[in-house]
Parts: sequence; C-alpha cells; structure tokens
Amino acid sequence: MREMRVLSPTAILGYGFPLSSFKSGMELDPHLIVVDAGSTDPGPYYLGAGVSFTHRNAVKRDLTLLLEGAISQRIPLIIGTAGGCGGAPHLQWNLEIIREIATEKGLNFNMALIPAEIDKNLVRDAFRQGQISPLKGVPELTEDDISQATRIVGQMGIEPIMVAIEGGAQVILAGRAYDPAVFAAFPIMGGYDRGLAFHMGKILECASIAAIPGSGSDCAIGYLRDDHFIIEPLNPNRRCTVTSVSAHTLYEKSNPYILPGPGGHLDLRETRFTQIGKGSVKVEGSRFRPSEEYTIKLEGAKKVGYRTISVSGVRDPIMIPQLDSILNEVQDRVRDNFSELGEGSYLNFRLYGKNGVMGPLEPEKDITPYEVGIIIDVVAGTQDMANTICSFARSTLLHFGYAGRLATAGNLAFPFSPSDINMGEVYNFCIYHLMKVKDGKTLFPVEFLEIGG
Amino acid sequence: MKIYRLIDIAKVIRSKNSGPYELTFDIIFKSQEIFEKVTSKKLVTSEIIGELYKVDPRDVSIVEFFPASAIKATIPRPIPSGDVAETDVYGAQQHGPLLKLEIPMEG
Repeated sequence: MREMRVLSPTAILGYGFPLSSFKSGMELDPHLIVVDAGSTDPGPYYLGAGVSFTHRNAVKRDLTLLLEGAISQRIPLIIGTAGGCGGAPHLQWNLEIIREIATEKGLNFNMALIPAEIDKNLVRDAFRQGQISPLKGVPELTEDDISQATRIVGQMGIEPIMVAIEGGAQVILAGRAYDPAVFAAFPIMGGYDRGLAFHMGKILECASIAAIPGSGSDCAIGYLRDDHFIIEPLNPNRRCTVTSVSAHTLYEKSNPYILPGPGGHLDLRETRFTQIGKGSVKVEGSRFRPSEEYTIKLEGAKKVGYRTISVSGVRDPIMIPQLDSILNEVQDRVRDNFSELGEGSYLNFRLYGKNGVMGPLEPEKDITPYEVGIIIDVVAGTQDMANTICSFARSTLLHFGYAGRLATAGNLAFPFSPSDINMGEVYNFCIYHLMKVKDGKTLFPVEFLEIGG
Repeated sequence: MKIYRLIDIAKVIRSKNSGPYELTFDIIFKSQEIFEKVTSKKLVTSEIIGELYKVDPRDVSIVEFFPASAIKATIPRPIPSGDVAETDVYGAQQHGPLLKLEIPMEG
C-alpha cells in the first residue's frame, strides 16, 4: 500500500520542539515537512501592526533545523501563515529569517512566496457586488470597515500551494492560509483523498496537541494511505488515543462534524477513529464536500488608537465594597478635567478579583473580595493623550476621598515604578467575512526565487 | 434522581475562541455511558448554557460529538476578541461557571 508521511514539527513555528523528536521524525523518511505559523487567537494587534506574535530568535531556531532537515533529505518544507498573520510585512519578516539562515548555513534552494494580502479596491468591488457575507456572530460588512482596515488578508486554500509545488519550489512560504490546506496540498497532488488529506492536516497543524500529554511544542507525524491515515506523536513520552485525537477535532471549532474551508467543507459525520497499538490512531471515513461557489475568508484589522495602562491593587476593606461608585466618580472627574477628550477616548478600570476575566459574562456579581487588582486602561487618539488621561486617572484614584475613609495616605498599591506603561497602537478586528471568488488561485499569485547559490 | 456536578462527570471542561466573534465550550465526559445518559435525556441544553452565561438561548448552538463523548456549546462573544473593552483575547478562561453546573440525572 502506498503511503505519504507528513511531519509536523510544532503547533506554531517558533513554539519550538525537542531535537530528539524531530530526529526520530526525520528517521522515518518523511515525504514533506509542514509547519503552521499562524493564528488569529493572539488578537487583532499583530495583523494590524504587521508584526509577529512569536519571537524572531525562536522562529529562527525552529526554521534552521527544519531547513537543514528538508534540504539534506531533499523534501519540501511548507510554511503556512508566515509571521503569525500572513500579511505582506509578516511574509517579508519570515523571508528575511530564511535568507539569513541560508547564508549562515550555506544552503541553496528554490523557493516560492505566496502573498495573501488582498487589495482594498478588490474587496470594495466584491462588497458592492454582494459577494461578501459575514461569518456567524459577525456584523455585516460596511464600506467604512473596508476603508478603515489597516490590512486585509485572505485565507488561501490548496490551489496556490499546488502552483508553487508545480513550479519546482522546495521551500514554500505562504501568507495567510487555511491551516489544513498547507498540509493537504502536496498529498492531494499525489492523488490522495481530499477528505483524508484535509482531516490529517487539521489534526497535524497542532502537532502534538492531539496527544496525551498534549503539547504545542512537540512533533507528530501522519501516515496518509489510500483509505485511511494514522496519527502518531514522535516523542516516546506521548501517546495518541482515540479520545485525544477525536477530542482535538472539537478544538476551536463551533461544529466538529462540518469544518468549512476554502472551496468546500470537511465532513466528519462518518469518521471512525481506531486505536493502533499504544500511541497511534487510525482515522477513516472523513469526506471533503466541494462547495458550488469558492469562498475565502477575509480577515482585517483597523487602528483604533493608542493605549496606556497603570497596574495597582487595593486591600482596604472599607474601600473595596464601594469600588464601583468610587470608579464612577473618578471617571466623572477625569471627563470633567479633560472635557476636550470627547467620545474618541476610552477609560476603563479592569478589576481583577471581581470581573477582570469574564467582564459582562461574569455571573458572580455579589461577592466582596479582600483584595482587588486594578488596571487603569486608557485608549485615546494619540499616545500623549492616552498618557495624560491614564496619569490623571491614576492620581485621582490614588487620593480619592471616598465615604468613611480611614487610610488617608493613598488608595492604591503600585507594584512598579514607573506606574504607567505605554502599550502603543491598538487595533480591532473589523473584517471576518467570506468572499466569493472565481477560483482558488487568482488572489494569491505565486512568486518564485532562488535562495543562496 | 440525583444531582450530579458537571465537574464530577466530565474529564475536560474548557472554553476557547472559535474565531474572534464566538466562544466555544467543550465538555468531554468521563465515559461514553455518561455521555449517552446526558445526551439521551438532553440534560445540557441551549437554555441551560444561555442561563449560565446570560445569553439568549436562540444564540446558543449545541452539538453532541459522539466520537469524543463530548458536548460542544457555542455562544456569540459579548465583545469580539481583542476589542478595546474585551477581557480574554484567547477566550480560554470563560469556562468557570460550567464547573459549578449541576445536572439532575437518574442512577
């Protein structure tokens, strides 16, 4: 029976992996190495600001091992959602790291770059033609969202990656991509079943998270065959079980049976999971259902201002029960002192020990904690304005004379000096929508380049 | 009829983003038997999750996932991930109230 072995070194490029696990994987003679580098989980800042949420040194460490491994065994290395968000600056950042490694290690290879930023005019035209619809829970798109977006990326499917492979690239650096597609493109070109290839990719993109004990920084391998695939961790201290692998299918998805992606959905209603030996799981019956129209997901973020925060704590049993009213009065004092701030600025007190974690979802409303952590959180149109409001709110709260106060020296315990921290630019997601496209390739033109030599 | 605490019959109770606009909760039961008891009697419903998180039950989606003996509940986020007033960018600490959930069950 023919077989394609796909090695997934880590859940996110830069999260690391034990060298011993990677070596074990390379000894199994994989046909390709695929690593996912991205996620929307760390929030809108990284997409908007064009920076990675992983550290350059950590990414370079992982990539050095992956590049050396792939080049020496003459197999492809595919990187999806470069730089964490897959926009143009993320792609360039990651390319620069690859060039640096190639120079240091004397590596030569053909490479493909697949940009995934989508031109605003194109998105605007599609919007006007009714080609864009919101994902569940997302507001309808507006023209303002499009014009205010700092950056819009589209999530590519398998087609652009196939173009890169056909063009002879050994190393492929893709912008924003549907995680399973990065894993599935090469096997699908080899004639393997789409449903199985996508499902294997869906599990492998998180590497050993689907094992027990789970880890986002350890290697896993998938053995794809004609009518099933097998998932196996590469660290002898981990096992894949039917429960761990099937439970992973639930992760970060709202419906584990139907997983939509570019060009269709993965249908897991008939999927069967079987334990093989102690640590491997066989999966069969997963189906890919192509959609009538090809859609890709768009992600966009817009800049909303600059943030300054101040961290402190309260341990006064007279003050804590009155906190809400005290903070309201401080709000009023700040607004009164800086009336020119208007609607464009935001001042919030995050109360840890009360509802700092759950905010409006917190059901426990009537408890009185003995200690409360306060983050004074300010977002304003300029950094200077955010600093001004934060500093004023901090000093007002520090010396606020609330009813019944005995501790007249100060209301806050500051762990740090300086007490206020500039957080820089603040972004919100403003686009999370599906766009109909004529095919999976057009928006993602592939660029070929030679590295080294 | 006996009152069971969810914490005693589940081995995984977690929350996470499902994209920046939805929160999804996974409850993986300790055994297939318990899972089947809970699902056959529909003991975890949109109404229960809606009540727990104060959201309209019509906005709660419940999926029973047999391969993992799991129930998944998804709600819209009150504030999208990373928005200015938001409190949990990854959505990974919104499961607390589920740990206190009690459900009546036979046997």
